[in-house]
Amino acid sequence: MITMKMNGVEVKAEEGWTILETAKFYGLEIPTLCHHEGLTPYGACRLCLVEIGEGPRAKLVSSCTYPAEEGLVVHTDTKRVVQARRMMIELMLSVAPYSKTIQDLASKFGVTRMRFKIRNEECILCGLCVRMCEEQMDGKAIGFQNRGYQRKISTPFDLRSEECRLCGGCIYICPACQLRCQGPQAESALCNACLTMDPTCLDYYDELQCWMYDAGRCGTCVREKK
Amino acid sequence: MKRVKKFKNVEELRKTIDEQEASRQQEKKRVIVVSSGTCGQARGSLKVIEALKKAIREEGLKDQVMIRVTGCHGFCEAEPNIIIYPDRIFYQKLTPPDVRTIVKETLVEGRVVEKFLHRDPLTKERAWYENEIPFYQKQKRIVLGDNVFVDPTSLMEYLSIGGFRPFLKALTRMKPGEIIDTVKQSGLRGRGGAGFPTGIKWEATHRAPGDIKYIICNGDEGDPGAYMDRSVLEGNPFRVIEGMMIGALAIGAREGYIYVRDEYPLAVRHVTLALEQLYKAGLLGEKILGTDFSFDLHITKGAGAFVCGEETALIASIEGRVGEPRQRPPFPAQKGLWKKPTCINNVETWANIPLIILNGADWFSSIGTSGSKGTKIFSLVGKINNTGLVEVPMGITLREIIYDIGGGIPEGKAFKAVQTGGPSGGCLPASMLDQIIDYESLTAAGSIMGSGGMIVMDEKTCMVDVAMYFLNFLRDESCGKCISCREGTQRMWEIVKDITEGKGQPGDLELLEELALATKEASMCGLGQTAANPVLSTLRYFRDEFEAHIYDKRCPAGVCKSLIRYAVIPEKCTGCEACKRACPTGAIQGTRKDVHLILYDKCIKCGACLEACRFEAIEAQREEAIAIVREVKP
Repeated sequence: MITMKMNGVEVKAEEGWTILETAKFYGLEIPTLCHHEGLTPYGACRLCLVEIGEGPRAKLVSSCTYPAEEGLVVHTDTKRVVQARRMMIELMLSVAPYSKTIQDLASKFGVTRMRFKIRNEECILCGLCVRMCEEQMDGKAIGFQNRGYQRKISTPFDLRSEECRLCGGCIYICPACQLRCQGPQAESALCNACLTMDPTCLDYYDELQCWMYDAGRCGTCVREKK
Repeated sequence: MKRVKKFKNVEELRKTIDEQEASRQQEKKRVIVVSSGTCGQARGSLKVIEALKKAIREEGLKDQVMIRVTGCHGFCEAEPNIIIYPDRIFYQKLTPPDVRTIVKETLVEGRVVEKFLHRDPLTKERAWYENEIPFYQKQKRIVLGDNVFVDPTSLMEYLSIGGFRPFLKALTRMKPGEIIDTVKQSGLRGRGGAGFPTGIKWEATHRAPGDIKYIICNGDEGDPGAYMDRSVLEGNPFRVIEGMMIGALAIGAREGYIYVRDEYPLAVRHVTLALEQLYKAGLLGEKILGTDFSFDLHITKGAGAFVCGEETALIASIEGRVGEPRQRPPFPAQKGLWKKPTCINNVETWANIPLIILNGADWFSSIGTSGSKGTKIFSLVGKINNTGLVEVPMGITLREIIYDIGGGIPEGKAFKAVQTGGPSGGCLPASMLDQIIDYESLTAAGSIMGSGGMIVMDEKTCMVDVAMYFLNFLRDESCGKCISCREGTQRMWEIVKDITEGKGQPGDLELLEELALATKEASMCGLGQTAANPVLSTLRYFRDEFEAHIYDKRCPAGVCKSLIRYAVIPEKCTGCEACKRACPTGAIQGTRKDVHLILYDKCIKCGACLEACRFEAIEAQREEAIAIVREVKP
């Protein structure tokens, strides 16, 4: 058993757990996007950032990839963490403005501005589809190409892959290309409808009638709006 | 090249080293050393060597003179250069015809040819001998110095300068723990950039459980304008390999890899040749010198990705996977190559090891400052008179490097900034010139030591343009895994590009700072964590320049093309047609002795006319200012 301190509370983790797994076990919420329980951790979306260490040596790490260590001091929601997270959401939003998952995240974390030019690429290169194809579907039909700003996900040589069995696993797991935000201002990129909704939905609509057809899963309706 | 024989035991090797050293001291021939690294070859050293051989043959001096072709000596500005031993006469910037004169005058008649001697750019004085040249005087060349004495393709030459004595000492007289303690006490820190204490890294790898361990030499040097590791690998590959062998002894590794980028063909060739000879000599392979120590060394060629200089990405690349960093911990010392404990060090770090073992930890730690020991090689490039590799003790000031060693800024221009640490480093202004150089103080100043690139900029450099250049490099070289680094560098580049094009808006700088900070904090590996440095340091020291671009739509240095327009000042123009000849698009009109005119629709703003004009009659004016003047008087 590994003992560490999380948000001031002493927690115990199994050998081989990550910080994220430990936090989940104790019911501490850390937002994730490129993480999936059935796939290997990757650390691309940087949403699950937490602050580790104390004093001047404190730094931010992605909790999905960082292993639980004896005596580690973790803070999951410091100002530093939230600021970095919000910038990550803003960056993702500027490349995939129609994604409902990301729009919801924006609402949840109060990202109300998008200061970058929209580049509607829809893909945020979180790598979920690549890992899904390789690890769960045993396909290895898609992968990353190039690096830096030219990076993209495609089949080898951009040709139809013989490995691909059209299983749809990649589409199923994609957080960006499938679910479209249906909010009133989705077309103008950042709608924040969930954030500004007044009154909050659960007070007025039951699960079936959630106007987002999302049964309140976006989580914003529990936000206090005064 | 002298033939290599197989050494069967320790005594045989020791005897050969003694013999080789003695024969070098008794050498009666005059030796002509030709610097022929990549930089020398680019400037025609191969032709100089040919001419030299021919001239010596024709003069019948073949028995009295020996030519030694070596790697880079560091003085790239003076390439191709030769040093004539034993007098150490230094001739520079030679062409094949010059060589004939030198052979005739100096070798036959014993006179020094003044015009090929080095001339100091500041004092205009000629230096006769190599050790009189100011460029070399302030340096402390413990690693690079031997490049002059060895032919990098010959093991015997390396033995003749006492090579492999440190290895013998480590093999026969030291236990692994003692080697590690010596390295720890010496205070050597990683020369690749981060400055992690080498001894502690070795100890961690040594202590890590497991029988199979690896060591790696990181020669994936990708910073623009930096070539320290290349010159060490080209000029003295045996020194690096010897360092690795000592490391293998200490750590308990049986296998090692030298990772060199394929863009360094000469380094790859010299390392390959060195490995071949060492295997032949029985210094690599099974049961080295009849002892229980076995060590295999391989060379791996990198395909030129900057990110592969990051250790976990480099390991992934050796394993044949995509060069992408992964989360540390586990550190390579715990789980590295093929998930085995791995010790990975920079070329320069490995090259320091034999010196530390031979001369002791106290000798090494006597050089440098309290926190940073030894010397560091910097590649001094950019707007500087003496371009080249300089090896200086830690604790030297920037001013000493730039003015005393570098010889100042060409054409009497003013110094503006120096960029240290490559794309991950920062720009330091003139007010920081008296800053001493060690790991901590450079970090405190907003830059980093990095692997040792040092780009000097003069007053004609636009700092916004510099920031854009490095961001462009980084957005291309980021592996693209973390959104913070991939999108962060891309968006920063977009913002800075807009600023240089005059499209900057109030609030851009605040956004830039916020984004830079987020990129720094949120990224996984060293590349992303330092990617914001070019922006943050230029914003810290040259904020006024950014503001001039945004609010006044003016580029103070006259570099950003969208904000300037070249114009002829009629009072100064003599009508010499120099600018007209220089213009690549034919945008300059005018006849001889007549004031010229620049046609703006044809002008591509390359600045060739500005460079060509000797009367300062061409000026980079504010684009907008001209437009306003036109409106006033149609």
